[in-house]
Amino acid sequence: MTVMEQRGAYRPTPPPAWQPRTDPAPLLPDAEPYRVLGTQAAAKADPDLLRRLYAELVKGRRYNAQATALTKQGRLAVYPSSTGQEACEVAAALVLQEQDWLFPSYRDTLAVVARGVDPVEALTLLRGDWHTGYDPYEHRVAPLSTPLATQLPHAVGLAHAARLKGDDVVALAMVGDGGTSEGDFHEALNFAAVWQAPVVFLVQNNGFAISVPLAKQTAAPSLAHKAVGYGMPGRLVDGNDAAAVHEVLADAVRRARAGGGPTLVEAITYRVDAHTNADDATRYRGDSEVETWRAHDPIALLERELTGRGLLDEAGVESARQHAETMAAGLRARMNQDAELDPMDLFTHVYAEPTPQLLEQREQLRAELAAEAESEGARP
Amino acid sequence: MTAVAVKPATMAQALTRALRDAMTDDPSVHVMGEDVGTLGGVFRITDGLAKEFGEDRCTDTPLAEAGILGTAVGMAMYGLRPVVEMQFDAFAYPAFEQLVSHVAKMRNRTRGRMPLPLTIRIPYGGGIGGVEHHSDASEAYYMATPGLHVVTPATVADAYGLLRASIASDDPVVFLEPKRLYWSKDTWNPEQPTAVEPIGRAVVRRSGRSATLITYGPSLPVCMEAAEAAQAEGWDLEVVDLRSLVPFDDETVCASVRRTGRAVVVHESGGFGGPGGEIAARVTERCFHHLEAPVLRVAGFDLPYPPPMLERHHLPGVDRILDAVGRLQWEAES
Repeated sequence: MTVMEQRGAYRPTPPPAWQPRTDPAPLLPDAEPYRVLGTQAAAKADPDLLRRLYAELVKGRRYNAQATALTKQGRLAVYPSSTGQEACEVAAALVLQEQDWLFPSYRDTLAVVARGVDPVEALTLLRGDWHTGYDPYEHRVAPLSTPLATQLPHAVGLAHAARLKGDDVVALAMVGDGGTSEGDFHEALNFAAVWQAPVVFLVQNNGFAISVPLAKQTAAPSLAHKAVGYGMPGRLVDGNDAAAVHEVLADAVRRARAGGGPTLVEAITYRVDAHTNADDATRYRGDSEVETWRAHDPIALLERELTGRGLLDEAGVESARQHAETMAAGLRARMNQDAELDPMDLFTHVYAEPTPQLLEQREQLRAELAAEAESEGARP
Repeated sequence: MTAVAVKPATMAQALTRALRDAMTDDPSVHVMGEDVGTLGGVFRITDGLAKEFGEDRCTDTPLAEAGILGTAVGMAMYGLRPVVEMQFDAFAYPAFEQLVSHVAKMRNRTRGRMPLPLTIRIPYGGGIGGVEHHSDASEAYYMATPGLHVVTPATVADAYGLLRASIASDDPVVFLEPKRLYWSKDTWNPEQPTAVEPIGRAVVRRSGRSATLITYGPSLPVCMEAAEAAQAEGWDLEVVDLRSLVPFDDETVCASVRRTGRAVVVHESGGFGGPGGEIAARVTERCFHHLEAPVLRVAGFDLPYPPPMLERHHLPGVDRILDAVGRLQWEAES
């Protein structure tokens, strides 16, 4: 039986014989976001996983701080920070196997780095020396997508293609709360469910689409509820609880890998920083709201759990901090070197073979650069 | 050597044959779109493919063009070679963002690491009595997007050869099918299809000495008819079929204009901001001293595509082309 034939037949039947195709009840998200830390479920969590998550969160927070600092120093053109959202970023990368694919949006460079991409290459887009700095096939990470939600159908198509070829590949696609209003979000979820593609959609509901709060974005009971309309399960999770996000995503990945189809996961989190360094968040939200969320900080939550259970001591905290500092120092040193630019690169990758028109334009630029170099050389 | 029986075939048959041969030769070729499976497409171009290759290779998708093209991008990322059918010109617009922001740019964004070998087939243009949103000449939108190839056949043989080349290309190709030529016939041997045509080469369809008609796709038969009619007026017109709008074949076009000294560009697309302006500028920049008259354009009017009972007034016809030829400053010759 082919992949497409597995969908089964559905033909309309006149009432009263008509029946819904599936029972919607099992697709509905839980009433409360799923939590692990500080609950009884924490006892079942793997201590090694929790310690690994902790180390990655600390490193991720430091990465966000370093990238923000580099922006202030003019080394990055812009940086959309994921400070406060590190649990989602890190868990998304950690639940995937080597052959799986990650489809990030522009705010997800931390997930890209956690997946193994060199941070300098992950930040190329934001430094501005090229668009995508890394080879997508090296770590199976799609280019950072700036047009919102447009990367979601790519994830569906890639996962579908892998399934057609009989390969064991799951795609995890990341999007924000604002992105769920885009048509491509809808189309991607619909295609994924119809094709039963092995995809996991992770919505980080961080409260804002730049300045617009969720209430102006949707009237849905929750973003996870949107899954039901497509015939896939929706899961709601505390996005600042790294253990919970990891568990929910790992379940969804496992389900996709086993042929169970796609899942929509909504992680409730908060964008602690402004949209980017160019944004002024005081124009649309108050400090008290930010402070409420700081009290629910992903690192603090995990640290409390680990120290409370004797899985982490002061030396462990210090060791994680040191590792993060080493990473930041390396990143800082490398980003403080000027990027190497070759203007001729502009024409190299437009087509496999440049068109005659591009060849002419390339020669024009070459001549301009030669004249520029000559006049600079002639200066005293 | 036995003579090959050459029977008339339609452009639609040649396109179907091209898809079938491409799918046979390369298992990574996948056809997808609305109604392309069981029905064989509303124009029947994919007729029989789902039956022959299975639904995994010729897939009826949900009715959502951005989703169709967006998932095709993902499939191409994974090494497949999708051939997407957009049902009509104006129904392709929901896919525009995927086309412009991803399909056209992915090779460039990734420094050549992630090329997207996919073909987007779009039936385009008028002349079939379609109601609104079924007859747009939409080529100018695609021409204005760097990273895309834009190809359009005007003959049965080219329909086969250019579609094979488009599917084989490692770059994305917008393949515009002139829907009023779907049923045009030509002597073409489906048992020995013509060789794959290179993308980016125009061809002289009719040699002449007086002036050059530069055209493509649905307007080629009109120009050929105009060239025949012009003989009665004493004009011996050359007709150049561009076949590929991107890349543009300056060499063939300019060689023709340098021979004849006069040129008229003919297309259905509106004149303002249309392909003719670009072509006229290119010819003028390169052939100024060979020109006896300004390059003229015979284009669709600058209005939304008309209702079917009025479309004949909109589309470039023989008389309008001959009028333009008549305005190419022949006085200097007498």
